[in-house]
Amino acid sequence: MTELMQLLTPGGRRITQASEATSPAADTALAGQPDDGRGMTATEPDAADLDLPALVADLTGADLVALYRDLLLVRRFDEEATSLQRQGELGLWASLRGQEAAQVGSGRALGPHDMAFPSYREHGVAWCRGVDPEAILAIFRGTSLGGWDPDEHGFALYSIVVGAQTLHATGYAMGMARDGSDGAAIAYFGDGASSEGDVNEAFGWAGVFGAPVVFFCQNNQWAISEPASRQSRTEIFHRATGFGFPSVRVDGNDVLACLAVTRWALATARAGGGPVLVEALTYRMGAHTTADDPSRYRAADELERWRRRDPLDRMRTHLVAIGLLDDERQRHLELEADTLAQDLRVRCRALPDPDPAILFDHVQVTDNALVAVQRAAFAATSGDAPPAGGTASGDGTGIVEREGAVVAGERHGTEEAW
Amino acid sequence: MTGAMIVTDEQRTDGSGSTDGSGAADAASVPATSPATASGPPAPITLAKALNLGLHAAMAADPKVIVMGEDVGTLGGVFRVTDGLQREFGEARVIDTPLAESAIVGTAIGLAMRGYRPVCEIQFDGFVYPAFDQIVSQLAKLHYRSAGRIRLPVTIRIPFGGGIGAVEHHSESPEAYFCHTAGLKVVACSNPADAHQMIQQAIRSDDPVIFLEPKRRYWEKSPMVPQPLTDLSATATEGLHRSAVVRAGRDATLVGYGPTVRTCLDAAEVSAADDGRSLEVIDLRSLSPLDLGPVLDSVRRTGRLVVVHEAPSNVSVSAEVAARVTEEAFYSLEAPVLRVTGFDTPYPPARLEDHYLPDVDRILDAVDRAFDF
Ligand SMILES: Cc1ncc(C[n+]2csc(CCOP(=O)(O)OP(=O)(O)O)c2C)c(N)n1
Ligand SMILES: [Mg+2]
Repeated sequence: MTELMQLLTPGGRRITQASEATSPAADTALAGQPDDGRGMTATEPDAADLDLPALVADLTGADLVALYRDLLLVRRFDEEATSLQRQGELGLWASLRGQEAAQVGSGRALGPHDMAFPSYREHGVAWCRGVDPEAILAIFRGTSLGGWDPDEHGFALYSIVVGAQTLHATGYAMGMARDGSDGAAIAYFGDGASSEGDVNEAFGWAGVFGAPVVFFCQNNQWAISEPASRQSRTEIFHRATGFGFPSVRVDGNDVLACLAVTRWALATARAGGGPVLVEALTYRMGAHTTADDPSRYRAADELERWRRRDPLDRMRTHLVAIGLLDDERQRHLELEADTLAQDLRVRCRALPDPDPAILFDHVQVTDNALVAVQRAAFAATSGDAPPAGGTASGDGTGIVEREGAVVAGERHGTEEAW
Repeated sequence: MTGAMIVTDEQRTDGSGSTDGSGAADAASVPATSPATASGPPAPITLAKALNLGLHAAMAADPKVIVMGEDVGTLGGVFRVTDGLQREFGEARVIDTPLAESAIVGTAIGLAMRGYRPVCEIQFDGFVYPAFDQIVSQLAKLHYRSAGRIRLPVTIRIPFGGGIGAVEHHSESPEAYFCHTAGLKVVACSNPADAHQMIQQAIRSDDPVIFLEPKRRYWEKSPMVPQPLTDLSATATEGLHRSAVVRAGRDATLVGYGPTVRTCLDAAEVSAADDGRSLEVIDLRSLSPLDLGPVLDSVRRTGRLVVVHEAPSNVSVSAEVAARVTEEAFYSLEAPVLRVTGFDTPYPPARLEDHYLPDVDRILDAVDRAFDF
C-alpha cells in the first residue's frame, strides 16, 4: 500500500524507516486534500516493498545542500521570468512555482544516459539537465521554438501539445532497449494530460513492449481551470495497474522522496523491468500562465493550505534542523540567486528578434522548391524594416495593438494565451 | 435518426433557460439580447461577446444544444466566449470536459446521434489535430455511410489564426484540411454581427460545421443589435454559406475571410487614399462550400483578383478560389489571380509573425503586380 511516499515530513523531519516512508503517519498526510478520503489503495508489490530511505542514504550533507540550492535557484529563475513577462519582455510565462521539488528531485535522479521528455512547465528539470535558462526564456519571449540540443542535454524540446511527448518517450525508450543502452527515458506530464489518448496509448505500448520509460505525472491539482477530479475517477497512479506496470504516489513537495522514488523507477526501467508510473502530488501555486486568472475558479484558502507544504520551506527547515544551513549560508545562496536573476534579466532583455530570413530555414532536410521561391521573394522585398508593429485596428476600441511580444490577452485581462 | 428536436415548451419549463424566449435571463452575466434602446444607436460589442450572445440565444432556444470543451464552464473559456453560460444553463449543458480533444468530438458524435446539438470548443487551432480522426473519418462520413439515416448537427468552434504573440500551436490556420473533407461544412466569421448570426445558424445546421473564429479579432468591436434566430428549421441556415461584398469597388477585387477581411479593408482604405484605386473587398464567410457568385461578379467587373489568407498557400482555399475563377471567368481576367498568404513554413516564433502574416503592404504589392501585368 503506497498512499503517499515521503522522506521529509511537512515539518521537515527526515524519515529513516522504510515502513514509515511508504505509509507516512496521519499527521504527515495531506490534510484537507481535495482528493482525500477516497480510500483507494495501491496494489503494486514492487512499490510497496520499496526501501525509500535506503535509496537516498548515500547523500552527503553537501548533496543535501545542493538540492536545496537547486530548489532556490529554480524558484528564483521562475520568479524572474514572471516579472520579465510583466515588464513585457516575455509574451507569456508558465510558472512552476510549487513544483520545484518534484522537478529537482526527479531531475537529479537522471543519469547522463537518460533522456527526459518535458511538457512546457519543466523549467526545473531543464535546469538539472544543464539547459541554459535563457533558451527557455527565448521560447516564452517568442524568439525561438526550441533552442537546445536534445542529445547534448538528454532533454527533449518542450511539448506544448499536451501529452504528445509521452509517446516520444516510449518510442525513444524502445530504441534505447534495442541498442542495449544503460539509460532510460522519463516523460513528464500533468494531471490534465493524463486524459489524452496519446498518454493512454503510451501506457499501453510501454507496457506491452516493456519499454524502459518512467512516466512522471506532476499532479498539480489543476489543468487550467479544471480540478484533477475532472480528469480521472480514480487516483492517477492507480491506472498503471490496468496497464500492467507498477506505480507509486509520492509527495511531490518532498525533494528527497521524489529523488528516491525516481531513482528506483529509473533503476527498474533500466534493469529491464519495463515502465513505471510515478504520480507526484503537488500544487500549481501560481496561475496556469501569466495570462490566467485563477481567482475565477479556485478558492484562495486552497493555496493557503498548500503554502504550508511549500517544498522550499520543508527542505530549509530540515537543513536548519540538522545544522547544515545557517543564516550565513542561506544569505550566500540568496546572493547567488540574485546574481542568477540579474544575469538572466540582462540576457533576456538583450535577446534580439531573430533574423526574419530564418523563417525559411530547416523546413525540411532537403530543399523544397516552393519554400525556396518564397524565400527568394521575401529576400527581394524585405530590405526595409519589418512591418510596423500592430494589426490594423478599426476604431481603437480596445483592439490588439502589438508591441514586442505583448500578448493580446494581457491588454484585455480576459484571455488565456494557451 | 433525426437531428435535434426543437421543443420550445421544454425549454420554457426546464427552469434554467430564459423565460421570455428572448434568451435574456441573467442581465448581469449576459446582457439582454437587445441592448439598443429606442433612443440610441446599437452599442458596439466585441466579436467574442457577439459569439457569446449567439451561443446564449441558441441554448435558450433549444434545450438540446449543449456546449462542451476544455475550460468552457467555470472559466467561461480561455477567450471568455462561453462566459456566463454555465451559470445560466447549468453544468449538464455547459460541460467542462476532460483534456481530450478526440473525446470531445467523438462523444459529441454520440450525443448528436441521440438527438443533441453539441457545440464543441477546441481551445486553440493547434489542438484540433488530436481530434482529426473523429472529425474527418467519423463526423464527416456517418451521414453518408448510414445512407442519410444519421444526422450529426455538431458545431466545432475553433479560435484560429495568428497575430496575438502566442507560443507555438496557438496561431495556426487549419481550414484547408477540413475543406478538403467531404461531409464537413467550414465557415469563418470576421466581424461581430456575422459572428452572432453565423454561430446560431451553424448550430441549426443538420450537417457538421467547423466554425472558425478569428482570435486576433475577438476584441474588435462594432455596433450591432443581437438577434436570436427565430426560425429554427432547416431554412435557418440559409445565408450561412453566402459570401458577402463588404466594400464596393471598381478596380480590383480582394477576397479574404476570418482575420484577413479586416486587413483587406485596411488595404482598400490605404489604396484609395494613396493610389486612388477603388478596391472591392469580399468576405468569403463560407470556405466549404464556397460561394463564388459574388467573387465572379466582381472579377467580371474588375478583372483583377487577389486572395488573402494566413494559411500557407499550398493546396489552400486561395488555390481553390484561383482555380475556379480561372475556369469560370478566364476571359474577364486582366492578370493572373494572385495570392497573399502565410508562407509554406511552420508558423514561426511570435517575434517573427509580423513577417509571416499577410499585411497591408503585401496586399498592396500584389495589387500593384496585378496592375503591372
Ligand atoms: C492537446 C492540447 N490541448 C489543449 C491544450 C491547451 N492547454 C495547455 S495546458 C492545458 C492544461 C494542462 O494541464 P496539465 O496536464 O494538468 O498540466 P499543467 O498545466 O497543470 O502543468 C491545456 C488545456 C494543449 N496545450 N494541448
Ligand atoms: Mg495540472
